[in-house]
Amino acid sequence: MAQVKRPLSPHLQVYRWGWHMAASIFHRVTGSALAVGSILLTWWFVAMATGHEYFNTVQGYAGTIIGRVVLFGMTLALMQHLLSGIRHLFMDMGKLYGLKVNTSTARLTFFGAVILTLVIWYAAYKVMGAI
Amino acid sequence: MAEFSLPKNSRIGKGKTVKAEGASNTRAFHVYRWNPDDGENPRMDTFEVDMDNCGPMVLDALIKIKNEMDSTVTFRRSCREGVCGSCAMNINGKNGLACTTAIDDAKGDVSITPLPHQEVVKDLVPDLSNFYAQYASIKPWMQTQSTTPEKERLQSREDREKLDGLYECILCACCSTSCPSYWWNGDKYLGPAILLQAYRWLIDSRDEATGDRLDNLEDPFRLYRCHTIMNCANACPKGLNPAKAIAEIKKMMVERKG
Repeated sequence: MAQVKRPLSPHLQVYRWGWHMAASIFHRVTGSALAVGSILLTWWFVAMATGHEYFNTVQGYAGTIIGRVVLFGMTLALMQHLLSGIRHLFMDMGKLYGLKVNTSTARLTFFGAVILTLVIWYAAYKVMGAI
Repeated sequence: MAEFSLPKNSRIGKGKTVKAEGASNTRAFHVYRWNPDDGENPRMDTFEVDMDNCGPMVLDALIKIKNEMDSTVTFRRSCREGVCGSCAMNINGKNGLACTTAIDDAKGDVSITPLPHQEVVKDLVPDLSNFYAQYASIKPWMQTQSTTPEKERLQSREDREKLDGLYECILCACCSTSCPSYWWNGDKYLGPAILLQAYRWLIDSRDEATGDRLDNLEDPFRLYRCHTIMNCANACPKGLNPAKAIAEIKKMMVERKG
């Protein structure tokens, strides 16, 4: 019999996403993104320790459109990671395994993250007196 | 590191289309094909099935295709009532049994591929040797040290009830092959089906090897690659919850440390 290398059946290419799968995968994605983001945060702290002038420069970068987009993305990632982290905490205690509650809480992490992010940014602009 | 894309020999090409002659009410079935003898890559063939002369389940359509349109279409099947687990496959992006999945669950075309991330033997038949070897590794039988009683080992009604939701597993592999963790680490991670089976023996009041069983699972890969993605419970054609069983094993691990 001819020995042929067997192909691997399609996986990610065909599997249909659900909220539960998305929540789990985005927990990883946001976790990795926040790890990179923490470098930026460290830079900001270093700037603060370096002195007045350099801190103002870094603040200037953060205030640009690109800076604000990155900060908005980091807020969103943090909120998503926080909420799905709380969901994982309950699952570690053996809760939320019912199919319905599992899917609805997964969906909640996404909508919750968007709402929390908007609230935080609204509050921030309010404090700055920009709105 | 996880390989997200398919290797070169596994990329899927376009196949042939077989029309249903003279039929007015048809539905297209896209079926994964791979022939070990022709040296070519897998392809998706399309069969237009006459729905006026076809049973309601996906397996009915597959059997009709094999009988009337292309006798070389290869798949496993046996009981046709969700008991044997042979016809497990990926139907429209979700794992399930072809015999208990209604064609009308999907709107429009139906896509059928083998159970995900497995080596393909032919068409819809995956090689499940690793899955069965992993099952053997958890010693899925009752182990005892105490003297064998005259008659059977008795179990209280409450203890028996603990096996509900576990003993129904038919080892079809729908759950394990739906799990991304199992895709990336299937060589080391036992996967949801085998862990559900492991839990079935862990909480059996008559089994006396609980400690050994937990020792065997105490491993960063064998048990702890479960990240509660929940694809398993969503895929199970018997409505079982392997993720919940895995969570219970993790709890047993913590509790025995005291």
